[in-house]
Amino acid sequence: MLNVYNILETIRMIQDECLDIRTTTMGISLLDCIDTDIDRACDKVYEKIVTKAERLVPVGQQIEKEYGIPIINKRISVTPIAMLAAACPHGDPVKFAKALQRAADTCGVNFIGGYSALVHKGFSAGDMALIRSIPEALDVTENICSSVNIGSTKSGINMDAVKLMGEIVKESAERTADRDCIGPAKLVVFCNAVEDNPFMAGAFHGVGEPDCEIHVGVSGPGVVRAALTKYPDASINEIADVIKKTAFKITRMGQLVGARASELLGVPFGIVDLSLAPTPAIGDSVAHILEEMGLEMCGTHGTTACLAMLNDAVKKGGVMASSTVGGLSGAFIPVSEDAGMIDAAMAGVLSLEKLEAMTAVCSVGLDMIVVPGDITPETISAIIADEAAIGMVNSKTTAVRLIPAVGKKEGETLEFGGLLGSGPVMPVREKSPAKFINRGGRIPAPMQSLKN
Amino acid sequence: MRAVVTVIGKDTVGILHKVSGICAEYNVNVIEVTQSVLQDMFAMIMLVDISAINGDFSELVDRMTNLGKELGLSIHTMHEDIFNSMHSV
Repeated sequence: MLNVYNILETIRMIQDECLDIRTTTMGISLLDCIDTDIDRACDKVYEKIVTKAERLVPVGQQIEKEYGIPIINKRISVTPIAMLAAACPHGDPVKFAKALQRAADTCGVNFIGGYSALVHKGFSAGDMALIRSIPEALDVTENICSSVNIGSTKSGINMDAVKLMGEIVKESAERTADRDCIGPAKLVVFCNAVEDNPFMAGAFHGVGEPDCEIHVGVSGPGVVRAALTKYPDASINEIADVIKKTAFKITRMGQLVGARASELLGVPFGIVDLSLAPTPAIGDSVAHILEEMGLEMCGTHGTTACLAMLNDAVKKGGVMASSTVGGLSGAFIPVSEDAGMIDAAMAGVLSLEKLEAMTAVCSVGLDMIVVPGDITPETISAIIADEAAIGMVNSKTTAVRLIPAVGKKEGETLEFGGLLGSGPVMPVREKSPAKFINRGGRIPAPMQSLKN
Repeated sequence: MRAVVTVIGKDTVGILHKVSGICAEYNVNVIEVTQSVLQDMFAMIMLVDISAINGDFSELVDRMTNLGKELGLSIHTMHEDIFNSMHSV
């Protein structure tokens, strides 16, 4: 039965505490679009996406009206394009990126993810060409996101790919230097990438997924923080309970929206990704939750412990609220997209090293971090390798999304605007890891991989 | 199918009349009304039946939102499912 308190609580969450559905993401398989003629393949890709996702945006808008809950982004994830590029070795993979951009424009979606390659054990046909084309693809398109999986717990870390990605990230920043280096903000390097992730820039539609499905990514750092302000003197386990209950409510809303979208679109419901995804808006920050727990500023000693508790409580609360939880599910810590993280980084309290430690206990990795423009590709590769090692050993997804700020150094800021926010340039170590990176080869899979 | 209309803001004459007027126009039956006025603040929650609605639900939502803007109130019209799913297991 409805009661007044519950009704007002829901409305307050949406109105004052930035509760929203971050994204409804339609996953579309492009395996049936493979063709040896690249132009024909591109036409098929365009046709399939605009047919399947024709109603994605209007249905999203209808649900927003029905339930009074904002759905911030409508997105599409597709089969890693490297698999399609493999069939046409003489074609330029950027043609696929352009076809995806045309499809994004026609459907009116905010992003299409899947300009991707999975190379955690080695390169197969199409992978190398696609990876090399990433800087150009991200330069000539606006709404296309790219990701590369360079490692996994099962297969170890492909150090040749790690080396290559350092160069690609740098090149991508240089190509888009006139647009605040936006290129690498749309590029994620993964270890243990998930196949049903609805969040950008790392979304792609895995080969084990059905032909077409709909995922939902929820958000709500503001709601969690507001709930915690009511318990200023509670013990940590009491706080964990409050977070669990709040995460349950947020996730239920995601489940409802996903089920409704699935019904209206006539495609199966994939997963709810129960993540706390911040935005640069006031009151929508994960860092502020950590501060509400009792840290003077995010990044100080104790941050990792608070984040570990938060991440765990979010999962525990959310998992019962949805029939199918998946994706990344946990707390995100993208520096430039989180008002509290930006402040902490500016104040010098939040460092790259602390962020690395935090990624061992939260859902993704070093996300949206602006580094000096003169950073070497080897240093980027080494940061990727460190992060991938954390993911590989802990059997979790880790990711790196670094933005080299071309022409800028420590103390300056890069402004992206919108959901991507703005980030201060964070210092990196000067000493060179070049010898290590240039060795190439593969870090063997850890003991944890031998589970059978 | 039911929906919840909530009205929050400064009290003026005829709020209930105007909101229920729009409901009647759309053949939406009012099932329950809870209303309170604390000092100057008016808060009303109305449970309505939308199964026999003679138009688009989203149209009704827009009409209510616009009425809210006219009167300087905040009016939300939401399907009851969102409250049921968030607050019950």
